[in-house]
Amino acid sequence: MRCMIPSPHEPPILPRSWVQCAKSFFREVSPYRMGREDRSTQALLNSMKFLSLVWSNLKRKKLRTALTLLSIFVAFLLYGLLCTIKEAFTAGVSMADADRLIVRHKVSLIMELPVSYQTRIAQIPGVNTVSHFTWFNGIYQNEPKNFFGSFPVDPEPFLAIFPEFSLPEDQKQAWLKTRTGAIIGQGLADRFKWKIGDRIPLVSPIWPRKGDGAWEFEVVGIFKATKKGADTSGLYFRYDYFDEGRAYGEGSIGWYAVRINDPNRATEIAQAIDNQFANSPHETKAEPEGAFMQGFAQQIGDIGTILIAILSAVFFTILLVAGNTMAQAVRERTEELGVLKAMGFSNELVLSLVLAESCVIAAVGGLAGLGLAWLITAGGSPAPAILPVFYLPPHYVIIGATLVLALGLVAGALPALHAMRLRIAVALRRDA
Amino acid sequence: MNWISQIVSVTLFNLRTIPERKASAMAAAVGIAGVVAVFIGVLSIAAGFRAAMTISGPDDVAIVLRSGADSEMTSGLSRDDARLIADSAGVARTAEGPLASAELFLMINLPKRSTATDANVPFRGVEKAAATVRGNIKMIEGRMFEPGRNEVIVGAGAARAFAGLDVGKKFRTGQNEWDVVGIFSGGGGVSESELWTDAAVLQPAYHRGNSFQSVYAKLASPEAFQQFKDALTTNPQLKVKAVRQGEFLAEQSSMLTGFIESIGVFIAALMALGALFGALNTMYSSVAARTREIGTLRALGFGSSPVVLSVMFESLVLALIGGTAGAAAAYFAFDGFKAATINWQTFSQVAFAFDVTPQLLVQGVICATLIGLLGGLFPAIRAARLPIAAALRSL
Repeated sequence: MRCMIPSPHEPPILPRSWVQCAKSFFREVSPYRMGREDRSTQALLNSMKFLSLVWSNLKRKKLRTALTLLSIFVAFLLYGLLCTIKEAFTAGVSMADADRLIVRHKVSLIMELPVSYQTRIAQIPGVNTVSHFTWFNGIYQNEPKNFFGSFPVDPEPFLAIFPEFSLPEDQKQAWLKTRTGAIIGQGLADRFKWKIGDRIPLVSPIWPRKGDGAWEFEVVGIFKATKKGADTSGLYFRYDYFDEGRAYGEGSIGWYAVRINDPNRATEIAQAIDNQFANSPHETKAEPEGAFMQGFAQQIGDIGTILIAILSAVFFTILLVAGNTMAQAVRERTEELGVLKAMGFSNELVLSLVLAESCVIAAVGGLAGLGLAWLITAGGSPAPAILPVFYLPPHYVIIGATLVLALGLVAGALPALHAMRLRIAVALRRDA
Repeated sequence: MNWISQIVSVTLFNLRTIPERKASAMAAAVGIAGVVAVFIGVLSIAAGFRAAMTISGPDDVAIVLRSGADSEMTSGLSRDDARLIADSAGVARTAEGPLASAELFLMINLPKRSTATDANVPFRGVEKAAATVRGNIKMIEGRMFEPGRNEVIVGAGAARAFAGLDVGKKFRTGQNEWDVVGIFSGGGGVSESELWTDAAVLQPAYHRGNSFQSVYAKLASPEAFQQFKDALTTNPQLKVKAVRQGEFLAEQSSMLTGFIESIGVFIAALMALGALFGALNTMYSSVAARTREIGTLRALGFGSSPVVLSVMFESLVLALIGGTAGAAAAYFAFDGFKAATINWQTFSQVAFAFDVTPQLLVQGVICATLIGLLGGLFPAIRAARLPIAAALRSL
C-alpha cells in the first residue's frame, strides 16, 4: 500500500522544517510527477538535507552504534592486514618487469650454472644486458632470526638491469673500487642501523670461505627503492671477491637475470636461450620474471587460498552482526517510520534513510579500520626475515572502500526494504 | 525462596524467551562460531605441518651433517666421511653391517597437480639401510627400486601433490628419465613428501661425484646418542655435527609453524574482539527488551545477583552453542585436509594434512566461553542496576 496524500495537518511531534522538507521532497521526487533521471539527481541533492535525521537515529542508542562501529572497524583492520600479508607473499610478481627474463638450471633453482653462460646469453639477438645472482644465504651473528637475502653479483649489469634500485653515483664508484664492498637496501640499513663504512661479518652455510670460513663485507652504498614495493631488504656484494674466496664451486652461479630489448619477444628469446644450452650438462629454463615469481609464490600453495577463505568468513560474521543490529534498530522504530510515512515521506525516502544509516556506520567503522591498517603497515614489517616487503597497495584500499560501501548497502537492505513496505496502519497500531 | 532456586527460575525464564529474540541470539552465536572456526582452522594448519615434520622422529635415529650446515641442502660429506660416521660407536649393527644410510638430498622441479605450476620436490638418494633406519617406511603400492637403475619410489604425499608420479609412469628431469616403480608411506612424516632412489644412481646423474649430504644412523638405543656424538666430535678426521632426527625436524619446521601460529592467533584475537562486540550488543538488547520483566522480578523480591547470573548464563549458553558449532564446523571442514606448501628452511615442498587436534577443539571452546562471559558481564551489571520503579514504568 502506498500513501500518496500529504497529511493535511502538520503533526506536532516534528519541527515544522522537517515536515516541509518531507513535503517538498515528496513533491519533487515523486515517481508520479517526474522523469527517472531528474528524480535521481534530485534525490541526491535532497538527501543531504536528511543527514541530520540519520545522525539523530544513530545517536539514539550510542552504545549499540559504538559496538557495531567497533566490530566493523576490527573487520576492516583485519582485511587491511591480510591484504598486506598476501601482497608480501606475491610481491615479486607485482614488481616483475616485462622486459626481464630469469634463466635458471632446468632441474631446479638450487642447481648451479656456469658463469661462462653470461657471454653466450649476451650474444643472443634481442638480449640487452645479462647479470647473474647466487644464493649466498649469509647469516649474521649466527642467529637465524637475523636472516636477510644476500647475493654476489656483478655490480654494473646488476644496477643496469634493476633500475628500481637507485644508488648514488659516488657510492656506485666506491663499490666498483672496493673489492670487499657491499651495497645494502634502505630497509636492511634501517633494520640493523647499518651505515656506510660499517663492516659486516657473515657466515654462509653453503659457501664457506677458504680458511676459517667467515666472510666480511664493507658497506659502501645504500640503495633506495624507486618503485613502491621493491625489496630493499637485501645485501649485494661483488662476485669476483666471492668467487676467489669460496672454498669450492669456482665459476658457478645460481641464476641469470636478462634484460631484453622488446618485451613482446620475451617467449621467443627465452626459447632461443634454452635452445642454446639444450643437451648440454647444464640445460636451462628461461622464463619472464613475472612467470618465475608467480611460480615461486605458488609454491606456498593452498595456504594462500585458505587465508582468503578465512577473510570471507570474517566478513560473513561481521555482516551478520551489523545486519542484525540494523534490523533491530529499524524494528524498534516501526511506529516512527509509520508516522514519517503518514506525513508523506515516500517509500523511497524511507528506504534511503534506513540505508544511509547503515552506510554511515559501515563507512565510519570500515574506513577507520582501513586507515589504521595503513598506518600500521607504514610502520614497517614486524617479521622482516619472512616478509621483507610489507605495505598495503592502493588497489587493495580501493577494493576495501568498495567492500565498505557494499557492507553498508547489504546490511541495510533487508530492514530498509521492510521499512519501505511497512503499512502505515499496521505500523501505527504496533505497540501503542 | 532461596537464592539458588531464584537463579534457576530466572535463568530458565530467560532461556525460554530466547526464541523470541531468535535473530539477535543467532547473530551472537554465529559470530562466536566464526571465531572458533577460524581459530581452530588456522592453527590446524600449523599443527598438521608440525605433525608431518616431527612424526617421523623416533628417538633412536640421528642425522649427521657437515658442521656449520643448517640443513641437508647446505651440507656436504665425502664417501670417506660417510664410512667413518657409519662405523662410529653407538650405531646399531646387523649382520650386514651398520644401520646407517648416507644420503644425497636434491631438488627437482615437478608440476603440482592442483595448479600445474612447478614446485621444488625433494629428491633423495638413499642407501640400502634407509628404510630400516627410519623404521616407518612401508611400500603401499608397487615395489622397492632396484639398486643401480633409474627407478624411484615416491612418498604418498608427493604422489598426491605432484603430477605424473603414478606407478608405471616415467618422468624426465634434466637429461635423465626415471621410472616410478612404487609408492611408500612414512607414518605421515616428511619422508612422504620425497622421491627416493639409489644414491649411487643419483650421484652421477647430478654431477655429485662421490659426495653425500647427510648420514642417517639408527642408534643402538636412544641413550647411545651421546656416545655417538662424542665419537664423532672427537674424531679428528671429521668436521661434522650430529642431531637427533626429532630435534632436527622440529628445528626445520620452526619458522613456518611459528609464522602460521602467530598469524592464526592474531587473526583469531581480532575476530574474537569483533565477536565480543556482537555478543555485547546482543546481550544489551536482550536486557533492554526485558526491562519490565526484570523490574517485576526485582519488585517481587528477587535479588540482584540471580539477575546478574541469569544474564551471564544466557550469554554463556549462546557462546557455547556457537563455540561447539564452530568447532564442529572446523573439524569437518579442516581435519585431514590435504595440502602442500613450501618450507622456506629447506626450500622444498612438504605435503601434509591439516590436523584438528583435541587440544585445539578444547582451546576453541574455551575461547568461546571467555567471549560469552565477557559479553554477558556488562549487560548483566546493567540489568542488576536497573532502578525498579523506572524499570516497571518503562514501555
